[in-house]
Amino acid sequence: MTDDALARIDAAVKSNDVLLFMKGTPLFPQCGFSSRAVAILDHLGVEYATVDVLQDQGVRQGIKAYSDWPTIPQLYVKGEFIGGSDIMMEMYEAGELATLFDQAGISKAA
Amino acid sequence: MTDYPTGPVAAEITRRLTSALAPSHLAVIDDSAMHRGHAGHDARGESHFTVEIVSAAFEGKNRVARQRAVNAALADLLAERIHALAIKAKAPSED
Repeated sequence: MTDDALARIDAAVKSNDVLLFMKGTPLFPQCGFSSRAVAILDHLGVEYATVDVLQDQGVRQGIKAYSDWPTIPQLYVKGEFIGGSDIMMEMYEAGELATLFDQAGISKAA
Repeated sequence: MTDYPTGPVAAEITRRLTSALAPSHLAVIDDSAMHRGHAGHDARGESHFTVEIVSAAFEGKNRVARQRAVNAALADLLAERIHALAIKAKAPSED
């Protein structure tokens, strides 16, 4: 892990209102947990950006240290770490994720 | 109530979580068979788990803090042995 990777992670987190670090892409997720995270965001219809950690070993390792969270996917909203796919699913099922996006003023995807 | 799994990794997960969080309910479920042939599948088995845990230690803690407590107890296993871990963590008042 390099400081450079952490700086790139920090810049990405701060420049995207909704950012998902995942394995693969929304169209071709490479892991069941990432796939589930994408499905939740798609279902809520919000605009989001993704980072494919498989394309960048520095980010893949660095993101674990960045939020003291050992697994991927990881969701950030307005720069704040929200959780991984289990937490996303729990919040989605409880309606809390929709509320969080509403309160954060996140735009709906076109 | 505790469910005792059979494999050595599941047994180690159970031992660590019991010691760290004194759960009132703990189920360690080996999901590895569902992932045979997928990325991350380990020929030794015991690569994918779901943990259901109810502990008084989670009372008043948010979801991130609860999962961090579970992850911390299993840190080296997550780094070296376990490919995927789904966590369902509740406090006794929510169970």
